[in-house]
Amino acid sequence: MIEAFFAQMPALVIVLPLLAAPLCVLLHRGGPSWFVYLLTTWACFGLAFLLFVQVKIGGPISYAMGGWSPPFGIELRLDALNTVVLLLVTGIAAISSVYAKASVAAEIASERAYLFYAALLLCFCGLAGITVTGDAFNLFVFLEISSLSSYALIAMGSKRRALLSAFQYLIMGTIGGTFLLIGIGFLYMMTGSLNMADIASRLPAVADTRTVEAGLAFIVVGTSLKFALFPVHVWLPNAYTYAPSSVSAFIAATATKVAVYALMRFLFTVFGAAYAFDRLPLGEVLLVLSVAAMLSGSMAAIFQTDVKRLLAWSSIAQIGYIVMGFALASSAGVSASVVHMVNHGLIKGALFMAVGAMFWRLRTISLNDIAGLGRQMPITSAAFVVAGLSLIGVPATGGFISKWVLLEAVIAPGHYWLAAAILVSSLMALIYIGRVVEVLYFRERPEGRPDVGEAPVLMLVATWTLVLANIAVGLYATPLIAAAQRAASAVLGDGS
Amino acid sequence: MSAHWLGWLVAFPALMSLLVAACGRWPNLRESISVATAVALFAGIALFVEPVTAGARPSLTLFEVLPGVGLTFTLEPLGLLFALVASGLWSVTTIYAAGYMRGNEEHAQTRFFVCFALAISAAIGIAFSGNLLTLFIFYEMLTLSTYPLVTHHGDVESRNGGRVYLGILLTTSIGFFLPAIIITYLITGSITFDEAGLFGEAGLSVLGAGALYALFLYGTGKAALMPFHRWLPAAMVAPTPVSALLHAVAVVKAGVFIVLKLSVYVFGVQFLADTGASELMMWVAAFTVLGASLIAMTRDNLKARLAYSTVSQLSYIVLGATMASSFGILGGGMHIAMHAFAKITLFFCAGAIYTATHRKYVSELDGLGYAMPITFTAFFIASVSLIGIPPMGGIWSKWYLMEGAADSGHTAIIMVLALSSLLNIVYLLEIPTRAFFHNPRPDTPRNWHEAPWACVIPLSITATGCIVWFFYPLPFLKLLAPWAP
Repeated sequence: MIEAFFAQMPALVIVLPLLAAPLCVLLHRGGPSWFVYLLTTWACFGLAFLLFVQVKIGGPISYAMGGWSPPFGIELRLDALNTVVLLLVTGIAAISSVYAKASVAAEIASERAYLFYAALLLCFCGLAGITVTGDAFNLFVFLEISSLSSYALIAMGSKRRALLSAFQYLIMGTIGGTFLLIGIGFLYMMTGSLNMADIASRLPAVADTRTVEAGLAFIVVGTSLKFALFPVHVWLPNAYTYAPSSVSAFIAATATKVAVYALMRFLFTVFGAAYAFDRLPLGEVLLVLSVAAMLSGSMAAIFQTDVKRLLAWSSIAQIGYIVMGFALASSAGVSASVVHMVNHGLIKGALFMAVGAMFWRLRTISLNDIAGLGRQMPITSAAFVVAGLSLIGVPATGGFISKWVLLEAVIAPGHYWLAAAILVSSLMALIYIGRVVEVLYFRERPEGRPDVGEAPVLMLVATWTLVLANIAVGLYATPLIAAAQRAASAVLGDGS
Repeated sequence: MSAHWLGWLVAFPALMSLLVAACGRWPNLRESISVATAVALFAGIALFVEPVTAGARPSLTLFEVLPGVGLTFTLEPLGLLFALVASGLWSVTTIYAAGYMRGNEEHAQTRFFVCFALAISAAIGIAFSGNLLTLFIFYEMLTLSTYPLVTHHGDVESRNGGRVYLGILLTTSIGFFLPAIIITYLITGSITFDEAGLFGEAGLSVLGAGALYALFLYGTGKAALMPFHRWLPAAMVAPTPVSALLHAVAVVKAGVFIVLKLSVYVFGVQFLADTGASELMMWVAAFTVLGASLIAMTRDNLKARLAYSTVSQLSYIVLGATMASSFGILGGGMHIAMHAFAKITLFFCAGAIYTATHRKYVSELDGLGYAMPITFTAFFIASVSLIGIPPMGGIWSKWYLMEGAADSGHTAIIMVLALSSLLNIVYLLEIPTRAFFHNPRPDTPRNWHEAPWACVIPLSITATGCIVWFFYPLPFLKLLAPWAP
């Protein structure tokens, strides 16, 4: 019995949210739907943890969906890399489900709340699916599931601009999805297979063709659109700004990371590091783009007056750090990427949650309106400060660990200019976080704003869970770094 | 003393800060707890004096932050000296702060005392740190815990001061110190402090070692080497007890202590002497000594003048570290203590003058010496100690620094030190001279008198310290015995 349960765990991670979503529609009411969402995400978090431990002890797991053995059926494949990503996605989902109740009640019309939770579950299902699948086409399908549901989620934002930004995201996201599909199609054309491991074994025979090279290019551009790599990032600030708070927190912390994971999976598992980075100059291209993303994203963040938009631009910069890591194609680089994926998920989740709590009280999040909030919402403001310090990379926070491993990875091969870019971008983070902190603590409450109190307890609990997770990682990073190193050696092969 | 106590000693002020926060409603109880914590901390640290002078190096690793790099505390003589000075003067400052904060009816006093305790925790953490990562964690904790103190008044001026403070300190530490640690780690495979230095067999070129040394020293923004010194004058917007303990003792001494520690335990004095890697930074420090003194002469605001004097004096200690002679380390270590006693006295006096008269410019102090004789006498004693004339303790550190300069063959540095003493005379002795020998300004009321006793007693204690250490410098010499001839 228990054996059978363990064997089915990889499928359950996707099946549970996929079944829970229509259940929400059937329930037709917001409250019970939230409860379903809460249970599902926490169950998946538990499953992800078990899978993580199982892979750590017993090595990669292959699961044949519906009993059809790969490469003909869909294979779910879990290794040291995607169990970490899965743990991040389910963990953030679980914590943000605690947060969601009060936030959704305030921002979404109650007669539509059950639809909101259904869409959120589908989005979660898509992200988990991308993470666990070992099948290239299946990955595309899950990517579309998560994208379509996130268009709907963003459109539910309380401002009218939300519709427009959802539409913008829809156009860009669809282009990205199409590019990915074309790329996968090219690979299918040349290898006759959709299973990633199978494609990887068949590719060397046809590697010298333009079709495969073009396929790689399409996949890189397609996934880059999804994780908003500079210069295809323009959809992201609007989408994050106008989405409901709980959606911003969840998507900012997970969706881009999953898309980055998809690209890493294609580059390292399907094409192989040697093909993507040695034969083609992809490493150099990605390094330049990552530096551009870091500097331009941070620079733009400095000039924002809407805090959510500021955080969105900061995300564009932070994605630069993640891309820089794996673009080095070294073991240290890939593990630095994985470390920062997790840390940035924890940081941005916490920041968006803190900002969402302020929005919950004030219904606005522009710098002028939150002035002096440090005295009225001390717990929320303190959460923002600590998570902000982590973003800057102050020691004893997760962000510091990210900076440390990434600097180690770029300085070891002598890329001092990349180290300089990382440090400059960190200092720009000091400026834009510092601006918000000064407004929170040093400016007087604007005329006419009521004397508001703290946010609801559940929102604070969720926010501070992520904040404390940041500090825990900052003080005791050894397990995370060990997991990231296992992930790196899993995708690079032990030799490199 | 068991090494386990090291962790508790670092955590103790931070834990007590919770109690201080809880007692915010009862100011007398709150300050009593602060004073008791300070005294207990000092006593706890003092218990380690005997084993450490006997050669023990208690060490404690709490857990591994990064693979192979733990949160480690190791006690060695320099750290012990710094911890003793910081915790000892904290107890005096707490009494002073109680008098000052109440005398000036400052707001948010509980926050003030809580942050103060956290800052001391961080300073002790720096003093005890056993590797560069631990040091860096507490270094940033010290920066962040003092930021609310610097911006205590919450007005535009303090916000701007806080910007410069945080901006320079975090920029230098993240921009220079962090990469320097990582480069060290990549070159040597270790960031644990070692009596032999880390670079012995690394085959580092002179240029590379010099660049790394410069990166470390500029990364230590708290040492206030020019041109990264502006945060210290900017920090003077804080209430005076903060300037006295933190920006004359704990924070700035943490900076120069780190410079000494890096020179001894990361690079190694012998390595620096053999390669000359510290030569460039020695001239930077010499320039800072003179440049800051010259700026100090132009400042009419008393606290700003003292701040530039601190910038200048800190570079004495950097000189001691960079001249690559064990006399230099001895002199630098001595100067940590001597300058601490003298400068905290000067700031205590500045705060006492402000509390009693609300005057903060040097040109307004004419004739105040008869209204506040104790304060200005203390100011005179501390000034003489800083200048380095007997019978004040300041002579000893200057003595060893000059000996170190002679030992390492840098005659020009002796000239710099002598010239700096002359400049000190000009800008420091002007103040007691004005107070005692100039006629009072016409708008000075007759009924002015000394500040509250809680202000006057601490400054008398520290001024007495300046004299005592001249006749009895033995405790410091014993602690710094490893570098004594």
